[in-house]
Amino acid sequence: MVYLTRKAEFSASHYYHNPAFTPEENARIFGKCNNPNGHGHNYTLEVTVKGPVDPKSGFVVDLKQLKDIMSREVLDALDHRFLNKEVPEFFTRIPTTENLAIAIWQRLAPKLSAAQLHRVRVYETPDLFVDFYGEA
Amino acid sequence: MKAYLTRRYMFSASHRLHSDEMSEEENCATYGKCNNPYGHGHNYTVEVTVSGPVDDQTGMVCNLVDLDGFVHRQILEPYDHQNLNLLSEFAQQVPTTEKLCIAIYDIVKRGFRKAHLEKIRIEETMMNSFEYAGGEHGR
Repeated sequence: MVYLTRKAEFSASHYYHNPAFTPEENARIFGKCNNPNGHGHNYTLEVTVKGPVDPKSGFVVDLKQLKDIMSREVLDALDHRFLNKEVPEFFTRIPTTENLAIAIWQRLAPKLSAAQLHRVRVYETPDLFVDFYGEA
Repeated sequence: MKAYLTRRYMFSASHRLHSDEMSEEENCATYGKCNNPYGHGHNYTVEVTVSGPVDDQTGMVCNLVDLDGFVHRQILEPYDHQNLNLLSEFAQQVPTTEKLCIAIYDIVKRGFRKAHLEKIRIEETMMNSFEYAGGEHGR
């Protein structure tokens, strides 16, 4: 089993707000992230897939295919978007880095056939990242 | 759904690697430049990884304000710009980065209740790093 990781970057805006909370609770729990006008990050995405090395190609996965899937399924949908307003997963879920990692996993997992998705890592800043392994 | 959240923190501290149980020659052979009696320092980067279910109401494994507050109070304030050899944790043990990892792991494990601690990873320099995720460490 060999693990292969591909990185990509996207920039997006978001804010944290739960309509079930009072304005005071939203402000207390989410702090500056509760500003309804939104704020943004340069996100770095790392997608790790795993699989046996194909004896003919020497590949775990064709990197071009992986790059195309990441571009089509993730970057085209998220890059330069306001996550709360333009990305359906976040119409009801709060676009935290945790939920972003889960949403990206759910977008990618059904599209990968040659290799198996192992981990989605999303950096919100260089000092904060979330890993999701598809665990329930 | 279970996710893993990692936050990076930095502090600067000095230390000297020296064991009273070894002779001068053994200390010198074992620790080399790190045995300099005047000590030396590093900019340490500490990665704290916690895990847990992503809360439906907040979308979070744990609130970063809680994690940041804990790490600042319990680790950065006591360690930053200090001589590690003079701290109580290192009165009886050599402040290698391995031991620093274990000491910080123990502090977070014992005191932080908002999420499950997975591991501590410390970069002593850009070229070396150490990880500790609990378990036997022969103390």
